[in-house]
Amino acid sequence: MTAKISYSDVEVGTELPAQTFPVTRATLVRYAGASGDFNPIHWNEKFAKEVGLPDVIAHGMFTMAEAIRVVTDWVGDPGAVVEYGVRFTKPVVVPNDDRGAVIEVGGKVAAKLDDNTVRVDLTATSAGQKVLGMSRAVVRLA
Amino acid sequence: MALDQSFVGRTYPPTEPYEVGREKIREFAEAVGDTNPAYTDAEAAKALGHPDVIAPPTFVFSITFKAAGQVVQDPRLGLDYSRVVHGDQKFAYRRPVRAGDRLTVTSTIEAIKSLAGNDILDIRGEVHDEAGEHVVTAWTKLVARAAEEA
Repeated sequence: MTAKISYSDVEVGTELPAQTFPVTRATLVRYAGASGDFNPIHWNEKFAKEVGLPDVIAHGMFTMAEAIRVVTDWVGDPGAVVEYGVRFTKPVVVPNDDRGAVIEVGGKVAAKLDDNTVRVDLTATSAGQKVLGMSRAVVRLA
Repeated sequence: MALDQSFVGRTYPPTEPYEVGREKIREFAEAVGDTNPAYTDAEAAKALGHPDVIAPPTFVFSITFKAAGQVVQDPRLGLDYSRVVHGDQKFAYRRPVRAGDRLTVTSTIEAIKSLAGNDILDIRGEVHDEAGEHVVTAWTKLVARAAEEA
């Protein structure tokens, strides 16, 4: 495993470069196919509303996949991720228009652990709402 | 209706092996818009110390979730799957999933709780490769929302 960030170069509070990830209905169709999760709440507006949602929502696992990119892009080697967990607090609502929704993700080093690992705490919001809670990754640095 | 507590600790038989294909990894990486070459270029993955292309960290969920279907669709457990939402998800990796892996999943019910009429189910999926080595553990919390009173 070859992380491009060195353990000795980071401190508690080190910020990872923030990123924004667009998500449209087309994104969700593509993710449904790739992941095998064809739950209609992720592509069928009528169905989503019938079960009490405001509109079609993104797969929680899609949001989780985007959020960790802030970490994997930072370290270079996705295989350096040792642990990763999130709580799905609010859905990412994806309107049927050209713009869709945007997921904004930030991260910072929350703790330096043993074995050259650090804990990164992530924040993820969409339309001003926090969409992930307790979003944390442990990653092994060089 | 509260779920049967006697299911806590129950382990289901390992799934048939899932063979991880490099094109499936590519499809997943494209779907999440991730251009990291470790997902698509074996040489780039080797430069990082991996024997072949690796999968994005959350890729394995589609395998563990399918395995968890044994639990959520177990008629004896009686979960109302039409009311289920995904509450939490966590992974602990021994190594990344990579192309060519043949993975089996062993699912265990870790906890069953009832909170304000919601049924909460914690499922642990242990993922092993063909050699029997542990690859990743996935913890999935599912919440079956209480049915609205008529």
